[in-house]
Amino acid sequence: MLRFIVRRVIGAIPVLFGLSIILFLFLRLLPGDPAEAILGQHATPELTAQIRTTLGLDQPLYVQYVNYLVRLLHGDFGSSFVDGKSVADTFLVRFPGTIELTIGALIFAVGLGIPLGRLAARHPNGWVDGIVTVVSLFGISIPIFVLGYTLVFVFGVQLHWLPALGQSDPRLGIPQVTHFAVIDALLTGRPNAIIDSFSHLVLPSIALGSIPLAIVTRITRASVIDVANEDYVRTARAKGLAERRVDDRHIMRNAWLPVATVIGLQVGGLLAGAVLTETVFSWNGVGSWVVSAIQNHDYIVVQSLILIFATIFLFVNLIVDISYAFLNPRIRYS
Amino acid sequence: MSQPIAIVTRPTARASRGLWRDAFRRLMRNGPALVGAVCIAIFVAAAVLASVIAPYDPTLGVLADGKQGPSLAHLMGTDLLGRDEFSRVLYGARISLTVGVVAVFFGLAFGSVVGAVAGGAGGKVDAVLMRVTDVLLAIPGILLAIGIVAWLGHGQLQIMLAVGISYAPIFARLLRGTLLALREADFATAARAEGATPARILLRHLMPNALTPLIVQATLALATAIIDVAGLGFLGLGPGDPRVAEWGEMLTDSARFLQSAPYLIFFPGAAIVLSAIGFNLLGDGLREAIDPRLKR
Repeated sequence: MLRFIVRRVIGAIPVLFGLSIILFLFLRLLPGDPAEAILGQHATPELTAQIRTTLGLDQPLYVQYVNYLVRLLHGDFGSSFVDGKSVADTFLVRFPGTIELTIGALIFAVGLGIPLGRLAARHPNGWVDGIVTVVSLFGISIPIFVLGYTLVFVFGVQLHWLPALGQSDPRLGIPQVTHFAVIDALLTGRPNAIIDSFSHLVLPSIALGSIPLAIVTRITRASVIDVANEDYVRTARAKGLAERRVDDRHIMRNAWLPVATVIGLQVGGLLAGAVLTETVFSWNGVGSWVVSAIQNHDYIVVQSLILIFATIFLFVNLIVDISYAFLNPRIRYS
Repeated sequence: MSQPIAIVTRPTARASRGLWRDAFRRLMRNGPALVGAVCIAIFVAAAVLASVIAPYDPTLGVLADGKQGPSLAHLMGTDLLGRDEFSRVLYGARISLTVGVVAVFFGLAFGSVVGAVAGGAGGKVDAVLMRVTDVLLAIPGILLAIGIVAWLGHGQLQIMLAVGISYAPIFARLLRGTLLALREADFATAARAEGATPARILLRHLMPNALTPLIVQATLALATAIIDVAGLGFLGLGPGDPRVAEWGEMLTDSARFLQSAPYLIFFPGAAIVLSAIGFNLLGDGLREAIDPRLKR
């Protein structure tokens, strides 16, 4: 098992290495002079010279790359030239928002997807199954921003049931300690602050969770139908076990595995989806930061964020693989 | 699968019709897939006939008529600049479908070349090419396309390239995997024994058999491509040309008026959803038609 984990970790290194080369070239091969391209309309002779020294543009390319790599390994992702803050610092402030959103979306997708999939599998091709199939078809066909605006319009603008924008009501004056809106609200111990932070999370989580919901539902349905046709399930029924018990003990236990894998694989999509979701809901996370960085031509931030996103994605996939091996003792670790 | 058996067992009338004809018959009997095909046909017709159907010029508006709700004169209302929303949705179908289709074609072309070389050559070439696709696959979803557009700049061609490149690794992986499995098949061994060159084996024997999963994947990719192209437009990375109507950009332009003019979000949004549903239904139907064992 340990050897399996070590080999997987080592396997991720060349990918990260390749990524760093591509993203390094991304910045250097920008059309025209990199320093001027990075600065765009903000270019002044002083700033251009400053960027040239920071990036070491007067040195040979391979020296520049080695320096870039050394800085990365020290956790130095460069600084935004828009606000001058280091990417790492801003990231630590904004990432909690994205984590909260991703967890919210996962809870929505899994919490609803598994029951829906089981329900649909109970009578395949029946009317319940039909409805569930249509819902999941919509889930994968509706863009996050269309669903997001629809939710904002219906529940925020028309019904006033839920807050549409942001992570918390600024009038509540919740102090930012951890930058997790929900945890910060919990720390105040005030019920209205806690309810407020959770209610802000509902609509964005639904918008972001729609695609994983559709996928989890489909996989659960297929997997349950698959297992329900196994001999041991028939045996369990034949010996007179209650249907509930057959469901929980014999079917779900074995149907779990593909579902668990698919859930893990959704995380990458959720990170990418956060870019759109955070833009719709004015969410203060990493996703909306990517968008504003692109609009400001803040290339150093874009470069670093893509690298960070990819690293997280690889890391999550690694955890999924490892937990899959744990969940399924039959898997070979080679 | 192996052909000798088919000869021995003297094919029945059904089997002699051929894979594609059988698949087509199954597709025609698949209700949802037909609904999808009709959806797509409507949008294609709208795109082709936009200049005939559209009651107004999609780029010209009367400012005084801005933000009018749907009416008989303007079926889907007018946008902020008084342009007819129905005409813009129709012309938008042109942009969205063209950009989506060309993007998937680019992805299919890049990905197939890489996949065919990797799966055909094997060994070191395969290892290097697959590491490169691993790197591209590590950047989640639309983020890769966003990065490429940020790099290449605005424009329709840039969007097609960006979305295409972000899909290429998926096609490359798929084709390579299929080819590797097929290389061990009896007919490939037979061709090799006959002294066929590796290139001939790849192009004449393996590729025709590896095409079906690619075609299915490409149809499903059209659905996500249309969503991704609209997503880029929504993020302000669209064609950036005020003379063209693009569904994603139309949404962004109207987002500020969600309260006063929700129909400006609804109609382009519905167009994106319906075209994506069309391609998803058709793709699923194609998959079931080509490989009936998959029918759930």
